[in-house]
Amino acid sequence: MLRQREAEGAAETGREPGARRHRAGPHPVMAVPALAFFGVFAFIPLIGVVLLSLVNWDGITDMNWAGLANWAAVLGDPGTYHAIWLSVQVMVLSWLVQTPVSLLLGVLIAAKGRYRAVLGVLYFLPMLLSSAAIAIAFKALLDPNFGMSLAFGVEAFAQDWLGDRDLALYVVVFVIAWQFIPFHTLLYQAGVRQIPGSLYEAAELDGAGRVRQFFHITLPQLRYTIITSSTLMLVGSLTYFDLVFVLTGGGPGNATRLLPLDMYLSGFSSNEMGRASTLAVVLVATGLALALGLSRLTSFRRGSQQEGA
Amino acid sequence: MALGKRSRALLAAGAAVVLALVTACGTSGPGAGAGTSAWALTGGDEQTIRGSFESWNNDNADSAVTVEFFANDAYKQKIRTSIGAGDAPTLIFGWGGGTLRSWVQAGKVADLSAYANEDPQFTGRFLESVLKTGMVGGKTYAVPNNGMQPVLLYYNKELFDRVGAQPPKTWDDLMRLVPVFTEAGIAPFSMGGQSKWPQLMWAEYLVDRIGGPEVFEAIAANEPDSWSHPAILRSAEMIQELVDSGGFVKGFNSIATDNGADAALLYTGKAAMYLMGSWAYPTIKQAAPEFIESGNLGYTTFPTVEGGAGNPADIVGNPANFWAVSAEATDEQRQAAVSYLKDGLMSDSYVDTLLANGSVPPVTGIESKLAGSDAPEYLSYVYDLAAEAPSFQLSWDQALTPKQADALLNNLDQLFGKQITPQQFAANMNKTIEQP
Repeated sequence: MLRQREAEGAAETGREPGARRHRAGPHPVMAVPALAFFGVFAFIPLIGVVLLSLVNWDGITDMNWAGLANWAAVLGDPGTYHAIWLSVQVMVLSWLVQTPVSLLLGVLIAAKGRYRAVLGVLYFLPMLLSSAAIAIAFKALLDPNFGMSLAFGVEAFAQDWLGDRDLALYVVVFVIAWQFIPFHTLLYQAGVRQIPGSLYEAAELDGAGRVRQFFHITLPQLRYTIITSSTLMLVGSLTYFDLVFVLTGGGPGNATRLLPLDMYLSGFSSNEMGRASTLAVVLVATGLALALGLSRLTSFRRGSQQEGA
Repeated sequence: MALGKRSRALLAAGAAVVLALVTACGTSGPGAGAGTSAWALTGGDEQTIRGSFESWNNDNADSAVTVEFFANDAYKQKIRTSIGAGDAPTLIFGWGGGTLRSWVQAGKVADLSAYANEDPQFTGRFLESVLKTGMVGGKTYAVPNNGMQPVLLYYNKELFDRVGAQPPKTWDDLMRLVPVFTEAGIAPFSMGGQSKWPQLMWAEYLVDRIGGPEVFEAIAANEPDSWSHPAILRSAEMIQELVDSGGFVKGFNSIATDNGADAALLYTGKAAMYLMGSWAYPTIKQAAPEFIESGNLGYTTFPTVEGGAGNPADIVGNPANFWAVSAEATDEQRQAAVSYLKDGLMSDSYVDTLLANGSVPPVTGIESKLAGSDAPEYLSYVYDLAAEAPSFQLSWDQALTPKQADALLNNLDQLFGKQITPQQFAANMNKTIEQP
């Protein structure tokens, strides 16, 4: 990694001789602690995972060189594509559910009003709970024999929520939304409060109603908040693990065995570290591609706006 | 290298930081250089184990053992990583079988045979059939540390009285009981399907009753196509027939055993029967003591299958849990651990607390203690069942390698969920058989 830095430095001086010396701002050496931290806790483990994906290892006996056998096995296993498909479904559904709800809640709470502060506190409550606590609470609520149906005496609640193959994934998406909507609401609330009040005053003078104001002022002004929130949501959905692990354990069957869960269970339940590492590399690659794609999209928009200004 | 002096010094400083961080990670493993340690499971016999170490440490300050407790699933995942990383505790809690074998093959646990030869009392007091699970290749690697855990068919006597039925003696009886209970609005069987392993006990018993213990022995020996045995296929069909007839409680797929919801169905009168290891008894005793005191908890063996080759007295389950000693322990730690295993483990008071908890220790000559306990009938029943069983088969997920066990639990879950046919189940499982 240091070598790489050296090479970059050389390339820079080659392009603009002496430019570095005169440039104002922090000396590049300031970045050393951050780079060292990144190297030790991200880069070195990443190399380790790539190497592990090339061996057969059960965690305690000697490692055997496997070459690309793990890769062939993972890419030839329909289970992998099932896990990826589930992850994509969760990603898209989560975005579709969470974005409109947290946008509307954010707008609602940002406005001034007597009870909104109280409401806001209530909405943010799920943020204070850990994923494990949320999963355990929902598991109890959704229990077909002892859960909500018994508590409220409503027969309709006595569904086999988490045991039904077709239903379990949607329940998982719902609980994930319940957990993360408060966070995104907070983002939107902050975004709305940044919008200058003069815009609304002008609109009101022009006779625009609430709905028009929302679509013509609030929504366009929240452009970057929407992008930020969506990026966090989409990339974050690749890491949904703890909640699903406690809620369903990947079941029934493999109905909620998302990619991160598949990786964990391969590694720490089947003790196939090679296979798990291969899945981890797939996950990292997907996450990187997604994050890069999204940032490319956002910087393109920002650039075009600046040109227009 | 056209770098100035200053840059080189900075680079060296940066490299030093990286190295310092790396080495700091390498030496800060838990337990390194510390005293003797032990890891065990929460729940079940936790209090017995905790109390035993406390009194041992009071009397033997120089060979004191620190003990930590972990939840079942979390422990199973943690222990292997720790053993692999060389951070294992001195005393390792285990199940014997395939897991123990893999530890032995990797040279991670110590051979205790020498201590057993030196002092017959070291292993001589345990039931032979149980002790076998702690042996690999004729050598002793682990000794039992808690009660015997055969799988029993528990039932709610009050519900059987209400519908006027008798506990099933044969599989046909069992299938006839299903509509009787369903029509009375009672689930025939409780089941914690989300935990997956409770489904395994059905397969274990059915295969044993139909084909005898040899069927699984062939699987454990990695014989090709051993999952295609007719007994496996027939038992898989019978499982699906039971699912189809509505034998299991509604939503069994989403009920987990870790919060006791499956046992609760039995003692709250929602389900009539419950196939579970004897570890369910202490759980029910703690959650609903009045249910046991009122005499409503019935228990019997798994039904026979007409024309089956297996001995009806065979049982499946976990013979016990075991202590193994880490091969990476220092001489001092090993001495302390062995002296505890000799004198602290299964002492008189240890056996007494196990019995008081509703667990039956795998120790010979405790008939009088059993008779004097507060549940003499039940405890003697479990003791005799385990002591006299022609075959006491270790739970399959513990007998197989972890990789095979994970595939088994997954495929079985899909079999119960009717996502795969018995033939697909056998074919999927045959693929996991490893050729040496």
